[in-house]
Amino acid sequence: MFSHEQLNAIDKVIKTHLIDSGVENVIYIDLAGNAITQQDNGNQTLDYMAFAALAAGNFAAVDAMAKLIGESEFSLLFHKGTKSSIHFSKVTEDTILISMFSKTISLGLVRLKVSEAVAKINAICGA
Amino acid sequence: MALVNVKKKEVQIKIVYYGPGRGGKTTNLEYINHTYRDQIKSEMVSLKTQDDRTLFFDFLPFDVGRIKGFKVIIQLYTVPGQVKYNATRRLVLKGVDGIVFVADIQRFQRKKNIESLNQLYENLKTHNLDLFSMPLVMQYNKIDLLKQGVEVIPTKTLQQDLNSVLRVPAFEASALGGGNVMKTLKKIISMTLASIQDQLF
Repeated sequence: MFSHEQLNAIDKVIKTHLIDSGVENVIYIDLAGNAITQQDNGNQTLDYMAFAALAAGNFAAVDAMAKLIGESEFSLLFHKGTKSSIHFSKVTEDTILISMFSKTISLGLVRLKVSEAVAKINAICGA
Repeated sequence: MALVNVKKKEVQIKIVYYGPGRGGKTTNLEYINHTYRDQIKSEMVSLKTQDDRTLFFDFLPFDVGRIKGFKVIIQLYTVPGQVKYNATRRLVLKGVDGIVFVADIQRFQRKKNIESLNQLYENLKTHNLDLFSMPLVMQYNKIDLLKQGVEVIPTKTLQQDLNSVLRVPAFEASALGGGNVMKTLKKIISMTLASIQDQLF
């Protein structure tokens, strides 16, 4: 269970590293499909609860596929659309950070910002 | 395990409808979704094959008000019942807080009910969970078929087959017509809430 302080710190990391860099919507979920926290740029109307359930299922299915071919995990997933794209990154053993972004921001920048955010969230979770 | 968000004062609880294929798991969720459409803010998500069989899961979230200041969100899931999808069933069970076992009372399904329950036990073990300490409700579904002269398994036999050791609450139900669907749901919610109280307070 995350403490109040941990959740505040995670929200701050998501805001400063991702939302302020141009990512439209970020959801931090656990692998059971629960949304731990969610932040967006104020212009989103996503059903984030359904999204979290589907994302966890998607990640878990890919994880199971990885094991079938002898990989311990695929720690990164990326889906590209014409307008929006989704980037998944494993944070801890049990949690995933999902970032949704438009064409106005490059995948390279998202990956860089996500990796910074993941390191910080990991530190918060381990604290 | 239920997700408790102390900042948002919110609890998310995962309840999974489990059982053999074509037993009525999705129909349970569809009935709940249809009957309480006005009170449910999210759409029901169904990942199914072209012939309407569940491929991955169905998902239906709704909130049931506040308990001791915490907003309680119930998330209902089904698993795919077909035998070949056991890897998927295991995935859906991750983090489960309560289970409704939907048994099909048609006579020819007797063996499949037992096999499915045994597999549930095994699948939970892979997540280090024990069926015997999990909030669980039995639902003996398709009771409406009795009136149509279909051969069904008597409830006493179902209880012996599936519930003689577990001894959990059991309901005869008709998911299609809604019979005892809500009773089953209310029971599993109250049992699950009771079991996670220690985490909350």
